[in-house]
Order: sequence, then C-alpha cells, then structure tokens
Amino acid sequence: MANFFRDNDDIQFLLKSMDLATLADLMEGDYSSAKDCDYAPKNADEAIENYFLVLDSLGSLCGDFVAPRSEAMDRQGNRLTEDGKVLRPDGMYEILDKLAKAEVMGMTLPHKYGGLNFPGLMLAVANEMISRGDAALMNIFGLQGIGETLNAFASEEIKDEYLYDLAKGKKTGAMVLTEPEAGSDLQNVKVKAFQDAQGNWYLNGVKRFITNGCGEVHLVLAKSEPDRSGGLGLSLFVCDSDPSIKIRRIEDKLGIHASPTCEVFYDNTPCKIVGERQRGLVTYVMALMNGARIGIASQSVGIAEGAYRVARDFASTREQFGAPIDQLPAVRDMLIDMKIAVEECRALLYETCRVVDHEVGNEKILNNPEASKELKKETKKKQRMIKRYAAMLTPMSKYLASEMSNKVTYDCIQVLGGSGFMRDYPAERLYRDARVTSIYEGTSQLQIVAAVRGVTNGTAEKYIEELASREFAPEFEELLQILAKDAKILSETAAFVKDQGVKYMDLYGAKLVDMAAKIIIGYLFVSQASSKYDMQVDSANGEKVSMKQRKAAIAKRYIEHNSPNIEAWSKNIMSGSVSSLENFDELAGAAQTEV
Amino acid sequence: MSYKCVVLIKQVPDTRAITGDAMNDDGTVNRSKLASIPNPDDLHALEVALEIKEKFGATVTAISMGLPEATEVLREALYRGADNAILVTDRRCAGSDTLATSHILSCAIKKVGADIVLCGRHSIDGETAQVGPQIAEFIDAAQITCVGELKGVDGNSITARRVLDNGWQDVKAPLPCLLTVTDQANEPRVGAATRLMKYKNATTAANYDGDVNELKEKNLLIEQYDLDQLGVDLSRVGFEGSPTKINRTQKVILEAKEVKEISPTQEGISAMVKELIEDHSIN
Repeated sequence: MANFFRDNDDIQFLLKSMDLATLADLMEGDYSSAKDCDYAPKNADEAIENYFLVLDSLGSLCGDFVAPRSEAMDRQGNRLTEDGKVLRPDGMYEILDKLAKAEVMGMTLPHKYGGLNFPGLMLAVANEMISRGDAALMNIFGLQGIGETLNAFASEEIKDEYLYDLAKGKKTGAMVLTEPEAGSDLQNVKVKAFQDAQGNWYLNGVKRFITNGCGEVHLVLAKSEPDRSGGLGLSLFVCDSDPSIKIRRIEDKLGIHASPTCEVFYDNTPCKIVGERQRGLVTYVMALMNGARIGIASQSVGIAEGAYRVARDFASTREQFGAPIDQLPAVRDMLIDMKIAVEECRALLYETCRVVDHEVGNEKILNNPEASKELKKETKKKQRMIKRYAAMLTPMSKYLASEMSNKVTYDCIQVLGGSGFMRDYPAERLYRDARVTSIYEGTSQLQIVAAVRGVTNGTAEKYIEELASREFAPEFEELLQILAKDAKILSETAAFVKDQGVKYMDLYGAKLVDMAAKIIIGYLFVSQASSKYDMQVDSANGEKVSMKQRKAAIAKRYIEHNSPNIEAWSKNIMSGSVSSLENFDELAGAAQTEV
Repeated sequence: MSYKCVVLIKQVPDTRAITGDAMNDDGTVNRSKLASIPNPDDLHALEVALEIKEKFGATVTAISMGLPEATEVLREALYRGADNAILVTDRRCAGSDTLATSHILSCAIKKVGADIVLCGRHSIDGETAQVGPQIAEFIDAAQITCVGELKGVDGNSITARRVLDNGWQDVKAPLPCLLTVTDQANEPRVGAATRLMKYKNATTAANYDGDVNELKEKNLLIEQYDLDQLGVDLSRVGFEGSPTKINRTQKVILEAKEVKEISPTQEGISAMVKELIEDHSIN
C-alpha cells in the first residue's frame, strides 16, 4: 500500500514547518463560505486539516493506482482514429475516473463551483505526487490553471457554464496557445477570431503542440484585431469540443507518452471571448503561464523524486566488488547530490508558491468591496514587492527544477548503469519524461530572461535581505556569514552586468540566476534547519534522525559547496568576455541548411 | 427504483504490516503495534455498493460492529460515498465468535432493512469467511459468495460473477441477497475531497460534546446502537453465547533453515525442476 504523501518526509516536514494558517486566512477571508457550503472550513485549523486529509487521500491514489499503470500507459500511448478521435491509453481512462471521484480536479477553484478553494501550494504538492506516479498524467491534472484563468477573468456566465464541470472532472481542458510559427514568440499567433453580424465569435486556423487538445474545454489565444500587430492584437476565447474542431494528428514524442499532444484545426468554431478584447496575451495568458510554470516545476520535482528513489533502492541492493554499490564514494556522492537537488528545488518551489499565494490572497483583499480602507492601503503597500518577488521566483523555480529533473534522471540511469539503459527499469522512462520540462511552458532560456530582470533590478537583493532577517538558530551564524558574503558578491556582479546592457545580461543570465538561486535556497535550508517543528525520520543505517539535524547537515554541505562556485561564476561574469556575441561567426561556423 | 444497500465494514489490525512484536505472549494481537484499518475486502464490497448506487440508484448504509474507535472506518465509508453510517457497540459483544457476531449484525440489518447486503469475503484478522454466509441465513436472504464482478441489478434480482478455483460462475439471485466480495471485484476509490472535508466531523452522539440535533441536521451523526436497541437475544452473544471455544493458541515462526543456491543455467534449472517433481512440490 503505497502513499506518495505519507512516505515523503520532506513534503511532510516542509508543510508542517510553514505558516499554513496565514495562507488559509488569505484563501478563506472571514470563513463566511462555511455558511453556504457544508464542506468549507470554519477556521484556519480546520482548513489545514482539510489540506492534509485531501493530500493524504490523493497520495494513496497516486501510489496505489496511478504509479502501477504508468509503464503500460507509456508503452501504449495515445492513438488517433480515422475519424479524428483521440483514444487515450486504457489506464488513463481509469485514472481520470478515479480522479473525478476523488474530486480533486478543482483544487484551487472557489467552493461555489465545487472547488476546494485550496492555496496554490497544495496544488503544487498534488502535482508533484501525480507526476511521481505518472509524469504525463500531470499534463492533464495540472491543467486546472484553465479553470483558474476562467475564474479570474471570465464573465459570470462563462464561469457558471464551465467551472463546475471542470472541478468535478466531468470535463478536461486544453490550453491552446502554440502555432507552427508561434512557439516561444506568442505575439505571432495567427489563428483568427472573427464575429458574425450578430456579434458571435468564431475561430479559424491551426494550433500545434496542444497538450490534451482532445479535451472538452479549449482556452484559445487568437488574433481578434486584424489591424494590430503584437500582443495587443490577441484575445482569449473559450469553446467546447465541437464537430468543427478537428484533431489532425498527434505527435510522436520522446516522453510523456500518455499525454496526447495534438494538432488542432478550428474550422469556424463557435466560441466566447474571455474578459476584454486585446488583453488575451498581455494579461490573461501571462497569468495562465505563471501558474503553468509552477505546475511544471512541481512536475519536475515529482519526476526527480521518483528517479531518486529508483536509484537509491538500486544502489542499496546491487552488489559489485563484494558490497552494495552505495558503499562506493563516487556513487554515494551522486546519490547525496541527487537527494539534495530534489529537496533544493522543493524548497524553492514551496517558497515560490507561498509568495504567489500571498499575491493571490492580497488581490482578493484589494478586490473585496467590504475590506476596510486601512487594510486595503496596507495590503497595497505589501503587494508591490510581493508581485516583484513572484515575478522573479516563478521563472527561477521553473528553470531550476526542470534542469534539476533532467540531471537527476540522467544520474539515475548512471547509478543503474546498463540496467538503467534498459526498459526493464523505470529509469529510462523518467529520463525521457523529464526532458520536456525544460522546454515547454517557456524554455529554460526564456525563464532565465524573465528571472534575471529580478536579479538585476534590486528585487533579489531586497528579497535576500528579507530572508536574512528571518529568525535562525544561533548555531548557523557561520553559514549565515558565508551567505551574507555571497549576497554581497551577487550585488556587485549584478551591478556590473546592469552597466553592460541587456545583451550582456542575457548572455550571462544563467550564471547570474544560478548565483541568486543558490543564495536564496541556502537561506531556505538554514530556515528549515531552524524550524520550530521537528520530526524523526529514517536514516540510511536504520536509525532515526531529527529532520532538523538532517536539514542542518544539508545546509552546511549546500552552502559550503556553492560558495566557491558563486565566486567563480562572479569572476566569469565580470570577465567582460563577449566572444559569443562578437565572434559567433567563426566560433560556430556555417549552418548546413541543405539536408 | 432505489435499492437499499447495507455494507458491513470491520475495523481490523493491519496484518499485512506484521512485525515480530505484533503478538502478545498470550496469543492476542498487540494492537499498539499494528495500525487499525478498514478490512481490505470490505472496501471492495463498499465499492460494489457505490457502483450499484451510481448505476442503478441506491442508498448505501455502512454498519460496523466494534469498539467506539470503529467510527473511524465508518467515516472512511462516508468519505467514499456511503449515505449513512451505524456503529454497533456494546461491551456485551466482547468475545463473540462468528456465529454470535452474525446474529448481532443480522439484527442491525433487520432494523435498517436491506435489499442488498455486501461484505468482504473474509477479514484479514479472523480469516474465517463465515460471517457473511451466516448473516444471509439469519436474515433469510439469498447469498452469492466470492464475488469477483457485479454484472447487474435488475428489478428484484442481482447477478454477479463468482470467482472459483478453476474458473468462474455467473449467478443470478433474488433480492434480498447478500454478497461476499473479493479483491478481484474492483479497485476501490479513495475518499472524495469535499466529503473528506465535510465528514471528518462526523461522529456518534456519545463522542460529541455539543448539540446532537445540530449534528443530525448537518447529516454528520453516526447512529449508535447497543444490543438492547437491536433486540438481540443476549443468550447468543459474547463468550457465553459463542459455541467456538479456543483451547489454546500457538505462535508459529516460519524460519528458513536451509538455503540452496540454484545456478542460473539450463542445467541448474532442470535439476531444480526435477527435484521439485520428485518431492511432489509440483506435478
């Protein structure tokens, strides 16, 4: 009987160390929803009890029901029938049925639509567990962002029409943005949206690489203003599955085989506009994408958690040279780095969710006509910085987690050696599944472009100051000094880069974001090691160890290992070398355009 | 029509997680070392009941006999979709064997009334598989044991597939009918999120400090009955009323005394197969 929530000490520890009561207050306001909704919590304690109950239940579904079907779903994949119908792998139908019965398809939607009104943090935990069970499933489960977008921006009529069915799992969604000529550059979207004489909207054109394009609710970005170029020419539309929507092909992919990636043709499909014209890309899709990025960060952590466990188990039982291979220094080092990498990204992910949930909660206060003037004024002041933190942490988290997932799954195969390369073990599947995480919902390179702005405009500096002012246990003074020194180096480096201009910033963005992330997570680890909450967990020799002690050991190793890297990255960045910009032609050579 | 389904759920120690200190010296189970869980087969029975509810229309009542702590398994039934839950608890139940237990539970079933009674094929603590069939006799209902698949409910009959050693058998029986369900029947759902959030507060009047009417209004009251309320024949319950007398229990520890290594070659495996045939392990 596997339970992916109960068996994960780190998730338990992080959630119990965090201030969930404040998050619950932000989500529930004055808890008045309890008057009309018999399952809404009456206070923060009850809300927190609900979070744990639901995650525990989902953890058991992921462990007992999802994970055992993953291999078969990967092999079977999706099929497209001659009449354009997508047939999912058998296991996926069974899982979607169980998820609908578990009522977890609208975790963050309001109670009045049948949702759970949970903070985004809980959806991130859910996404992680789902992805550990089957990465491709997360691409359907994680599309809860579609409901969130409708809830945030659509008319009451549209919300009433779609949200209940989405929350109850009666319908799944598709986020329809990409086109053959508009991937990362969404401003170039060409699918047309036009109105008839009565003012009804229709869609026409082809979308490509659409995850779950066979879903029943499509959220489509389309060109509604033929005369406007760029983002302001685009609006967001919602439509139902309709005979005028044709799935023309499904992609044959490297990984996430159970998630259908479709080419969709809209042949004058009736649709409704979401929110206001021209705000489709600049406001709504940006909000949708931020949620999706956190989703992919969660997926990345989930895949890596699964891969680490495969490697850990294998290394403890596989004997070579007369002993299990986890006795070999090189393998040990790899296993520890994998484990810390997973916890590193989980720490940043949950912190990002905490900040984003504060942003969402503050927005609720600012839009609440009954909130007092003083509260609104105070909230507005806080919200300015929170928004900046969220805008930096979200792409940072997605970039770091997806790259980590690739590395950890790569190392998982390495630990398993030849066996890892064979399909007998899940290592190769996890490796294939992880590969796309650093590509979709914005490539790592684009995440860095978004995150590096925050690192160079003072946001990171301010945020690190805030982290440094948290309460830490006195024994970490030495580590905190190293972090303070690293933070100083970051500030100097960031100032240097800023003076060199935007191109230079983009050239060295990855290293700069890495520097900031390692410092931020260093503080998060020390913060975890100083937590008021503690629990006993199993150590490798079978004895119990305090989680805080573990985290203290992790913080020490992490900070001491990274500090020299931070100095080296800084030197590298401040070298002023621009060969990539100036000597590209001779360094890269000519492109071979003929095939 | 709406069928009245009753599902019997027993709280049992999780014997699948058994360790060396799981038994006391006197041969009883050391409950502090084993988590209490709903009997696994009973969850398959509940799933069949919920399937009947969803496909054919039914109300589902979960009944558990046990200590007051058994409300926990009743809450689990409510999480998954049961409409009502009833706890049968009474000190005088202590020591009841399968026959006495069947008598008590049949009184509870008669009190609430049922078209279809569902229970697990066996429990993982007692392993007798006797309670279900005995109840069917007590309530004068047909019975289909070892159910591996529900085929359908139609008017006044129910059809199910029995799992047998060498195959299967489809059986149609008139209602009322009792089904004992195996783990092959389905894969049970987990609790529904909104039900978890609501029914975590469900409890019995005895366990509730506040106004019980309030609990009732919110549909959070787990009904509790003692033997008097069920009209049980007291001479047929407890140690005294149980014909089964335990003479003694014995701890059996299975130890591997002899280990034999078989080389992973054609010859090694042939030799092993030959040996197994010769000592009649296989034939």
